[in-house]
Amino acid sequence: MNLKPVEKNLFSKKIDSFFLDLYSAFQFIMRFFKELFKPPYEVKEIIRQCYEVGYKSLFLITLTGFITGLVFTKQSRPSLSEFGATSWLPSLVAIAIIRALAPLVTALICAGKVGSNIAAELGSMKVTEQIDAMEVSAVNPFKFLVVSRVLATTLMIPMLMCYTGFVAMMGAFINVHQNEMTSFITFFQQAFEKISFLDIFSSLIKSIVYGFTIGIVGCYKGFHAKNGTQGVGKAANLSVVLSMFLIFIEEILIVQITNSMRF
Amino acid sequence: MDPEKIIISIMDLYKSFGENHVLQGVNLEVKNKENVVVLGRSGTGKSVLIKIICGLLKPDQGSVNVIGKEVELLNEKELQQLRLQIGFSFQNSALYDSMTVRENLAFPLVRHSKHLSKSEVQRQIERVLDAVGLLQTINQMPSELSGGQRKRIGIARTLILQPKIMLYDEPTSGLDPITSIEINNLINQVKHQFNTTSIIITHDLTCAKTTGDKVAMLFDGKFIKQGTFDEVFSSDDERIQNFYKYNFIK
Repeated sequence: MNLKPVEKNLFSKKIDSFFLDLYSAFQFIMRFFKELFKPPYEVKEIIRQCYEVGYKSLFLITLTGFITGLVFTKQSRPSLSEFGATSWLPSLVAIAIIRALAPLVTALICAGKVGSNIAAELGSMKVTEQIDAMEVSAVNPFKFLVVSRVLATTLMIPMLMCYTGFVAMMGAFINVHQNEMTSFITFFQQAFEKISFLDIFSSLIKSIVYGFTIGIVGCYKGFHAKNGTQGVGKAANLSVVLSMFLIFIEEILIVQITNSMRF
Repeated sequence: MDPEKIIISIMDLYKSFGENHVLQGVNLEVKNKENVVVLGRSGTGKSVLIKIICGLLKPDQGSVNVIGKEVELLNEKELQQLRLQIGFSFQNSALYDSMTVRENLAFPLVRHSKHLSKSEVQRQIERVLDAVGLLQTINQMPSELSGGQRKRIGIARTLILQPKIMLYDEPTSGLDPITSIEINNLINQVKHQFNTTSIIITHDLTCAKTTGDKVAMLFDGKFIKQGTFDEVFSSDDERIQNFYKYNFIK
């Protein structure tokens, strides 16, 4: 009797591919931690990547951070003035910026700018066999390309987050100063009255996690790009979408953990 | 080293990608300082064969012995040591496009010869660039080079580590006839100047005739004939004669 092999339908094939992809991503992350502590250390490349991620994102971060602070303050003013509580504006804005807006805005901007750049760069290196060329010349491409980039995003995004927070606060100050003639010192005294160490610490942790996510997702998608230039575009696109999705999931989790520590 | 010594020995090699059975029992021996040309139509697994030799791909079955080492049995560190003795010239050159020619050449050298001073690295770069006749391109970016120049720089980058074995993947594809002849001459020059053993993957008969001491004809995942160029193409095998005619018409 001839037994026909069972044909898998499209849905079960997709589920298989999802779990295989998940396992492959897990292996990729484990390999990162394994290679991270193994010499030789590509210090020059790490510094170059820090420059690419940090310095080259400054303009965009300055612009978005400033506008976020300014617009958030402007939009919050009518609601507070209804209750005659505009004096609470600096502390409200500071809480919003430091707890949520600065890490999120920085991460979303970097997911778009840095994550897509990493995925496209590594993807084009993959499809043009440059990664294979590195491997056959006995250079570890994972160490040179992945470890350096993931380290750079993990180190630089917290720094960019601090900078975004400062710029956003400056945007908020300009709006408050225009309306209430509040001085610079008074504004910042009022702003930081309600900020605790936990707020700053949780934001730092958040941005470290976001930085790692952006770097590892960009590298993973780029390193596994296939099917020529179309694959490179797909890798860049998926890297942004997946990074943003994961950032929101991580945001929920970290906020829950932080809130449980607050009380 | 004894010229009769076998440098690369491939036994009963099989490799498939899903339902596509690319290599189906390949056997090949390459002697010291011999240039072996692997001929065959596109998609017959020629490139897969050399990627298995340098450990970029794993075979499904069979053994590959390179300089006395079984590639399949090597751990990561041993494989890296073996790769230092193998130069791989890619079909599309695979130059690092974010680096200049100088940086492309320095990249493998500074990582494997940490004792070298800056001036010694510079001297080595100039030596290999001079060997491929492109010393003037040292500060150029890969995007500023022609196809032939990129191939030459790709070969120079592999030569900088002074490999014992050179693997050329379609060295003349996409080049005009005159540049192709220049690359063929360069392959012969590399053999004599650097004493390398080479496998050249191509479907270009001029390249095979000019560079090959031995030619192996790959068809349907197996070598159907091996020997000198004249021995292979004097065969009555219809598949070999068709391949010859096709190249002639082209």
